[in-house]
Amino acid sequence: MSIVSNGSLARSGAEEPIAVRGRRPVRPRGRRRGQGPRTRRLVRGLTPYLFVATAFALLVLLTYLPAANMVWYSLNEWSGFGPVDSFVGLRNYVEVFTDPSIFAVFGVSLYYFVGSFVQMALALYFATVLSFSTRFSNLFRGILFFPYLINGVAIGFVFLYLFQPGGTLDTVLGWVGVSSPPQWLGDASIANYSLAGTSVWRYTGLNFVLFLGAIQSIPRELYEAAELDGAGRWRQFRYIIFPGIRRIIGLSFILAVSGSLSVFEIPYIMTSGANGTSTFVIETIQTAFQYRQVGLASAMAVVLLVIVLVVTWIQRRVFPDEKVDLV
Amino acid sequence: MKRTVAGTVKYATLIGASFVVLLPLTVVLFASFKTKKEYATTGPLAPPENWLNFQNFIDAAVKSDMVSGFINTTIVLAISLTGTVIIGTMAAYAIDRFDFRGRKLVMAMFLVATLIPSVTSQVATFQIISGLGLYNTKAALVLLFMGTDIIAIYIFIQFMQSIPVALDEAAMLDGANRWTIYWRIILPLLKPAIATVAIIKGIAIYNEFYLPFLYLPSQNLISTSLFRFKGPYGGQWELITAATVMVIVPTVIAFVFLQRWIYRGLTAGAVK
Repeated sequence: MSIVSNGSLARSGAEEPIAVRGRRPVRPRGRRRGQGPRTRRLVRGLTPYLFVATAFALLVLLTYLPAANMVWYSLNEWSGFGPVDSFVGLRNYVEVFTDPSIFAVFGVSLYYFVGSFVQMALALYFATVLSFSTRFSNLFRGILFFPYLINGVAIGFVFLYLFQPGGTLDTVLGWVGVSSPPQWLGDASIANYSLAGTSVWRYTGLNFVLFLGAIQSIPRELYEAAELDGAGRWRQFRYIIFPGIRRIIGLSFILAVSGSLSVFEIPYIMTSGANGTSTFVIETIQTAFQYRQVGLASAMAVVLLVIVLVVTWIQRRVFPDEKVDLV
Repeated sequence: MKRTVAGTVKYATLIGASFVVLLPLTVVLFASFKTKKEYATTGPLAPPENWLNFQNFIDAAVKSDMVSGFINTTIVLAISLTGTVIIGTMAAYAIDRFDFRGRKLVMAMFLVATLIPSVTSQVATFQIISGLGLYNTKAALVLLFMGTDIIAIYIFIQFMQSIPVALDEAAMLDGANRWTIYWRIILPLLKPAIATVAIIKGIAIYNEFYLPFLYLPSQNLISTSLFRFKGPYGGQWELITAATVMVIVPTVIAFVFLQRWIYRGLTAGAVK
């Protein structure tokens, strides 16, 4: 079992999944005993299904049914009203890949993708620093993490205010001698950097807390032993911390990829996708709900879904030590 | 010597990062207490003259009806959380305590569902919701918040594994049926996990923007009521910042009091 899942829930983490599996055979006693009347056995057999039924029904209704419908819509030309009956085959998909105004939007994801590496690097640095004894470490941890909890619309306004011409950022830059700052959101060549920066501000805290949790679940004795052997902080990081959290870094990487492909809130709230800041998800949503081309929008959504699934599959191959055994 | 240099660098970077986090929030707080005239004449980094000038907050609350946003959010939050906890713990009970045909499949389906990007799939989910006649009702949001929660089920399962099966067996010998065991024994013991889920999920619902924006256009939730400041109040930053502060303050309070649970819930959720 991985270090991360060990450290996660203090109580449950203590029990290895192996132990859980080993425990199972003891239990079905209730079932083996079932020599009672047939109906009672039937009820008993149905019990687990009754318990899981609501969750399963909602899962199918709100996740799998829409996903299946989406594939069907994507093969049709449909406005979202009336019957879905003008089958067009793969034409919508051809349009997704050939219409430059649609596919080129993926380029915008690169800003966020690069941003998420900055984010992971910062998070890793601060998690490492705070895992050694530090004054006010709880306070620093709280401050670094807090942005992640803030309402996305509120963050949008906070940064619209920060980026205003002559606003806070320009004033602070003025202190260090930058006299003619750019239009942070108005200039199309800068806007995506500003938005990606906002995204880094918002999400670094999450990565940081995940990394910190992983680092803290590494046994203390390892550091002590390393210190006795004369290993400095860098070597402790290189040979103890980094291997210990490799898996959570892999997980964060996959989140970075799928996250940067499906960026939505920050640019939608702050610029509504203007000035070349539109992302693939914004385009999809607008195609569906403003231009009323549900067929095309579904094709876009399916393309995104397939990309995310492929990336996840690759990640599972690269980091095969998975936590699927958790259950 | 080397240690002190390292220590200085460490604290300098920590203080620098804190500055970067807190500055954007602080200036918004400053602006929210300024009068219109004061806002126009002072710089963003100048603190307000009167820290007790609550006029902007009153104006913002009344003008864009943030009050009903808070009420609606509370209603949706309460119902969705209760639903999530009951549905989630029941599912977790079935999955952890029974060996039934299709158990693996159900698990796999929950797992794969976490990968589907939720915003884009609204293209098709929207048709289901409007087909059910729930468009523009709070029920749509409640249903979506209850239905999309897989992480909660994982947290429950994880925690349930630490509750000894011997308890179930003892109760069964005493003649308790499965429902009684779930309701009287498992559910009360799951309290810490329920608290974790309720807090994490509560924050997520409070912050959710797109679902209420799409499914409940005629009423405000907290996010959408704030979003409505974008159009008509374009330049009135003293009002917008006051509204923003009102949305952030409950989060600050929740964070200060519930830190431990939040950290725990996030690390548990990420290992889904």
